[in-house]
Amino acid sequence: MGETTVNVTVNGRSCEAVVEARLTLADFLRETCHLTGTHLGCEHGVCGACTVLVDGAAVRSCLMFAVQAGGTEVTTIEGIAAPDGELSTVQAAFRDCHGLQCGYCTPGFIVSVTAFLEDNPSPTDQEIREALSGNLCRCTGYQGILNAVHQVTGAARGEEPA
Amino acid sequence: MTVPTAEGSTRYAGARINRVEDARLLSGRGTFVDDVSLPGMLHACFVRSPLPRATIRSIDTKAALAMPGVHAVFTAADLNPDVNEQWHTSVGPEGPETPRPPLAEGEVRFVGDAVALVVAESRYLAEDAVDLVEVDYDPLPAVVDYTTAEQAATLVHESHGSNLIGQMSGLPASALQEVFDSAAHVVGETIYQQAYVPVPMEGRALAVDYSAPTGELTIYSATQAPHEVRLFCSRLLGVPEQKVRVIARDTGGGFGQKIMVQRDEMCIMLAARKVPGPLKWIEDRRENLIAAGQSRHEHAAVKMAFDAEGTIQAAQIDFVSDCGAYPTPWPVSTSSVVGALFPGPYRVPRASFTTKTMYTNTVGRTAYRGPWQFETLAREMLLDIAARQMGIDPMELRRRNLLRRDELPYTNANGMPFDHISPMETFEQALDMLDYPAFRKEQAEARAAGRYLGVGISNYVEPSSPGFGYYATEAATIRVEPSGKVNVYIAGGSTGNSIETTVVQLAADALGVDIEDVATIQGDTAVTGFGAGAAGSRSASMTAGAIRETAAILRERIKAIAAHKLEAAPEDIELGNSRASVRGTPTIGMSLGELARAAYFDPYSLPPGVPAGLEASARYTADTRFVWVNATHLCTCEVDVATGAVKLLRFIVSEDCGPMINPNVVEGQIAGGVVQGIGGVLYEHLAYDEDGNPITTTFMDYLLPTATEVPVIEYGHIETPSPGPGGYKGVGEGGAIGAPPAVVNAVADALAPFGVTVTRLPLGPTQIHALIAGNRG
Ligand code: FES
Ligand code: FES
Repeated sequence: MGETTVNVTVNGRSCEAVVEARLTLADFLRETCHLTGTHLGCEHGVCGACTVLVDGAAVRSCLMFAVQAGGTEVTTIEGIAAPDGELSTVQAAFRDCHGLQCGYCTPGFIVSVTAFLEDNPSPTDQEIREALSGNLCRCTGYQGILNAVHQVTGAARGEEPA
Repeated sequence: MTVPTAEGSTRYAGARINRVEDARLLSGRGTFVDDVSLPGMLHACFVRSPLPRATIRSIDTKAALAMPGVHAVFTAADLNPDVNEQWHTSVGPEGPETPRPPLAEGEVRFVGDAVALVVAESRYLAEDAVDLVEVDYDPLPAVVDYTTAEQAATLVHESHGSNLIGQMSGLPASALQEVFDSAAHVVGETIYQQAYVPVPMEGRALAVDYSAPTGELTIYSATQAPHEVRLFCSRLLGVPEQKVRVIARDTGGGFGQKIMVQRDEMCIMLAARKVPGPLKWIEDRRENLIAAGQSRHEHAAVKMAFDAEGTIQAAQIDFVSDCGAYPTPWPVSTSSVVGALFPGPYRVPRASFTTKTMYTNTVGRTAYRGPWQFETLAREMLLDIAARQMGIDPMELRRRNLLRRDELPYTNANGMPFDHISPMETFEQALDMLDYPAFRKEQAEARAAGRYLGVGISNYVEPSSPGFGYYATEAATIRVEPSGKVNVYIAGGSTGNSIETTVVQLAADALGVDIEDVATIQGDTAVTGFGAGAAGSRSASMTAGAIRETAAILRERIKAIAAHKLEAAPEDIELGNSRASVRGTPTIGMSLGELARAAYFDPYSLPPGVPAGLEASARYTADTRFVWVNATHLCTCEVDVATGAVKLLRFIVSEDCGPMINPNVVEGQIAGGVVQGIGGVLYEHLAYDEDGNPITTTFMDYLLPTATEVPVIEYGHIETPSPGPGGYKGVGEGGAIGAPPAVVNAVADALAPFGVTVTRLPLGPTQIHALIAGNRG
């Protein structure tokens, strides 16, 4: 099995390792970097639980090989809150709106929503739903998640949280 | 975000408290089983049968074993002889049971049946080695269709002598013959539900760390019932219960699938003693869809008799369910609940039922959120069909028959003792929230314009918090630590249902302390008393009971110490805001920290008879055998008759779960269940082809609802306290029970102009097309 040295900057820290060509970015993050917040729900690109940011873009880490991420900057769920633990606006909105139950899908949603709102800070309800349609949640029925995104976008427009 | 009480102290129950689980889960610091990694850990992967039924001629493990990094390849001969006992606590050692070999022995019985177990240094290597295990199969004819399984010449379990696992019945149908013969209207149909499944986002998962010198096992488990995993494991391996420690920190959903230990988990427990390091098994999605279990696959002939005014005279159900090859647990008693509850929250003077459970060569049946929900589906679909046939408005038909408060307690015709419910109130509230007359007007206008809108309703009553057998009790240990901070130890089993937050809220109220001062430890059998876990919508009521009993002991002790120190009578001591103070003179008081310091570090200063420390354990026994919950689900939709697509417009749930401990949690549980129910009607189908091959083995084929398909769920609440602790009722399962018939009835109502009768699920575009075409044809 071909092995390569790969260097990825993960949450601002450089991670270098010799990896098999077939090692997925998800497993690299979870097993090599010991960042287990990135979860696997399907391993074939449908559920979105494994979403991370690669150079700022939301990517399914189960579909990417670690070697493909060489030289990039990766942000995982562990890199979203402030270093002192203060939750980001998106994370805090999920907490306020009961946007998570078991929390297994949550890292993928938080990362996807963070990237989406960066691109489109004032989305319509339909745009929000479409942006979330690549992430599956089995617990919440999406109600709390949709409310959380609306809380963030409403606050950005200066509205009172509901 | 709290509710002030009369005395001015804070009350947390009833408030939308933020969850204590969230900080870790939002920031990637949860601990799911796959996040546990121990030195020397090994990884397991199963070799699974590609055939629904076959004789195993031989298994060649040589090539796999020769692979570097592979530690072992186990077959039935290696693991199965080590089974000491295998039975689930809810069924008992004497219960009639399906033979459950850990690995398939001689014969495979469904596609996905575990034949061998590979253990290697990494999951990647284990998967490589699985491909090198050669199994020689001799294919055999399989029993695929449960509706004909009883007559089939082939037997799924030769030793059982029949494909009929068991049957239950109420009053014989003949007893109702006269009522049906003389009724003004008799409406009957056979209603079919397809298989659909819990699909937790995290599959099953287990890591077992065995220590040979001590004989101890530490098990990390994705489970709804940590103590049941421990008990099961101790019996399976024949080791004393206290040598097994089960830890379940975070679990990624369960919905019934993770209550009971199944064959695959048995294999990991057995194999862990034979390998040189801790053994981890993480089920992947494909395995979860082919091997973790099936549910909902069932049908019934149902019949109701009405008088000329539409008053129900009698109801009858003959129910048959597919239980696959290895149902877990024994499915026969659950099937009787379908029969017993079929009359629902209506006045039904006479009822009869029969139930049959069948073996087939498909994956075994497991529990899924409201395992008996077919009774609601079939009844509510039949009521709509009846209303259409009799020319009565479906809401009016229900209004004439729903139980009213003044009729309670009401024992239904099958002996179910309903009380503390409000079916008429939730029904009227839901219709008001919709503005039913306005919707009918909108519907008529839409129809005139060639658009097809529909409305569907369902009413149900369900038993929560069962007060039977091992479900009937729950324990709590509460420690006010020497600093005055509080720790509550409770069995747990939360798989997302917020039991940590619930416990913290209830304990803060029970002891009169600030919520920030309370923490909880759950999901660790080493430090918690036995509890049956998150099942049967029992966590709210049972943990409330456990906390009530335990906190009562501590309150008395805290008051005695405070009274002694403050030179007051214990009856005059009030607890609130983490202080004990003298009633009427709140300035005279002591903080819980000061009291705890005295209790632990100055024990001779305590009043006579009061023990040192502030720790108590107590066990609650259910105040009542049934905590009944009722709700009404009301749904509107538009059907595109050209494409067969259904768009849900509004979804209203009016629920009576008694007082709410945390409205966020209640609404979250309802929403999750409702969307699972919507998925079950419109999108999800765990399908097999006619040869017994599963054909929905990925999320490309097994379609879950996404954010684009779900409507906004609107909640109404009626509050009838239960006779249990705090008046609380269980709310975990109801959403998945009430939603499906509301959706089906809405679709059927939209299609009413085409004269269709819906009797089969699912209702995907293809099926809707066929329904319309069939009736135009
Ligand atoms: S695990 Fe990557 S999309 Fe599901
Ligand atoms: S919170 Fe459990 S899957 Fe989304």
